[in-house]
Amino acid sequence: MGLQSSIALTHLTSRRRQTLVSLSCVVLGVAFFLAVSSLMSGSERDFLKRLVDNSAHITVSDEFRSAAVQPAALRWADGAVHISHVKPKTETRGIRGYRQKLAFVESLPGLRAAPMLVGSAVLTFAGREHGVTLSGIVPSKMKNVSTIEEKTVAGSLDALSANPNGIVIGKGLADKFGLWLGSTVSVTAPSGVNRPMKVVGVFRMGNASVDETQTFTLLKRAQMLLERPNRVNRFVIQLTDPYQARVVAQRIERAVGYKSLSWIEASEDFLSLLLIRRIIMYSVVSAILIVASFGIYNTLSTIVMEKTRDIAILKSMGFHSRDIRRIFLIEGVIIGLIGSAVGVACGLGLMRVLASIQFKIPGVTETQHLPLDWSVTQYALAAAFALISCIAASYLPARRAGRLHPVDILRGAA
Amino acid sequence: MSAVLSAAGVVRRLSGEVPVTLVDGVNLDIERGEFVCIMGPSGSGKSSLLYLLGLLDVPTAGRVLLDGDDTSRYGEDELANRRLEKLGFIFQFHFLLAEFTVMENVLLPMRRLGKLSDDSARTRARELLERFGIGAQSAKRPHQLSGGERQRVAIARALANEPLVILADEPTGNLDSVSSANVRQILRGLTRETATTVVAVTHDGSFAAAADRRIGIVDGKIDNAWRPG
Repeated sequence: MGLQSSIALTHLTSRRRQTLVSLSCVVLGVAFFLAVSSLMSGSERDFLKRLVDNSAHITVSDEFRSAAVQPAALRWADGAVHISHVKPKTETRGIRGYRQKLAFVESLPGLRAAPMLVGSAVLTFAGREHGVTLSGIVPSKMKNVSTIEEKTVAGSLDALSANPNGIVIGKGLADKFGLWLGSTVSVTAPSGVNRPMKVVGVFRMGNASVDETQTFTLLKRAQMLLERPNRVNRFVIQLTDPYQARVVAQRIERAVGYKSLSWIEASEDFLSLLLIRRIIMYSVVSAILIVASFGIYNTLSTIVMEKTRDIAILKSMGFHSRDIRRIFLIEGVIIGLIGSAVGVACGLGLMRVLASIQFKIPGVTETQHLPLDWSVTQYALAAAFALISCIAASYLPARRAGRLHPVDILRGAA
Repeated sequence: MSAVLSAAGVVRRLSGEVPVTLVDGVNLDIERGEFVCIMGPSGSGKSSLLYLLGLLDVPTAGRVLLDGDDTSRYGEDELANRRLEKLGFIFQFHFLLAEFTVMENVLLPMRRLGKLSDDSARTRARELLERFGIGAQSAKRPHQLSGGERQRVAIARALANEPLVILADEPTGNLDSVSSANVRQILRGLTRETATTVVAVTHDGSFAAAADRRIGIVDGKIDNAWRPG
């Protein structure tokens, strides 16, 4: 062990009570930092996972980001006359040439895609009517891009293939109308086309709005009902790495021309809220360690005050100012290292206690646990922050000790 | 004989609203192996001169030469290096580090200098402690020793790096007559046996009587006519 380190260690061990108080501050700080940050980070991850799992990573729709430029404006871009209030040509809704575009999208690596035709319809049962979103799907593809199959509580998505007049509805709607498998409902499109359909599946997504209004049928049936033969108006895409969504969406939009919306773009408000939440969380947990660092500052300042004579002696012996500074900085580092190690162990215990807490959300049968982030980053962050706080807290006393002039002290002591 | 420590026109002035001159134009040559006592009334500037000669303080004007080296051109770190290699200090109050054992206190300067291995440094520290009759106390802490024993540990620590000059500020000021005589004999012996130079500030007449030379200081100036009242 170096000379400065052994002096630093001797200072700390000879003032056990003060050292223990400082250490306790750091240990508690690190433990709470770890428990709170892992809880907050865990809940954030859980939220993001739900967000990513329950929604399409990318949705390509039959829309454009900006209105089409008029042919006249294209032809005479620098023309002296400005043409305004031009009514654009009526577009046939839907993604043109969707099969080729879908083939291109499916050729991209790390993704799965499914075509959809989404429209409105009115569902009638026993004289009661309910407006629903009717989504025409290809069951084999849809299963790859959504959690609908996992969320099906009765029947299955595949049953649509066996029954072209089948419809899959949400649990909310089923409960509202008293529907179950085999019930026949009447589905009416805005154009007036009407068709009786049999309930072949019931899902429960956990979102009341979706469970009451979302319905699925075969793509062909939806095209017929909505009078859009051979058209789809949406591609739903799932990625192997959901965090690549923004880049992949931009690439798809450049290639197919239609608006391609990633979940990141669609959830920007949520994500910025999460960022603010994270800043608040780290500010609060950092405050704990900053308070702890005041304890270290106090301990080391006291040692410096008590040790002025020793500092003068060491300097008269030939110790440099930087040697003296280093002694007190090492004391801060020792407290920081031991405090971090014990604090991480205590924090781990605290996290285990939090993880063992069980609770039930109303309406959900499974027991829930607090979501915790067990990643190494959390431990490293808590330990690093504690160490930085300790070094910062020891810097001022160390600097003061280094600046002490031996003659001033020797004169005072004589 | 050559001067191992010299002061050439050394002035030390404290600035402030009322400037105070602690040392005023001192010229002094101290030879190798010489035992010199600096004497004078309280507040005459004896300790201030000792701190200047010991490179703990820097003169406002003039030069201090150590072993022929003009120390006025050195910065703080270089002065600390010279103190470590060539000087040893003894103070009125032993000033041992309370948390360290006697052995560790003596080892400190050697460990800082880093020229000796750990084993060699321990051997040298043990020899020094045995030479001054405190070898059996090496594992004790300073508070377990008598005043005289503590001062002998302080002497051993000052000699650890085999300095050219020992600077002592009232080394017997806090000791009984037996311990004072013991310290005096040790310091006197050092000058004769190892040619170590000893410069001591003292009020103790019997201590000063053992010196080769007595220098009187009055109002910061050398006054060899001064005699203790």
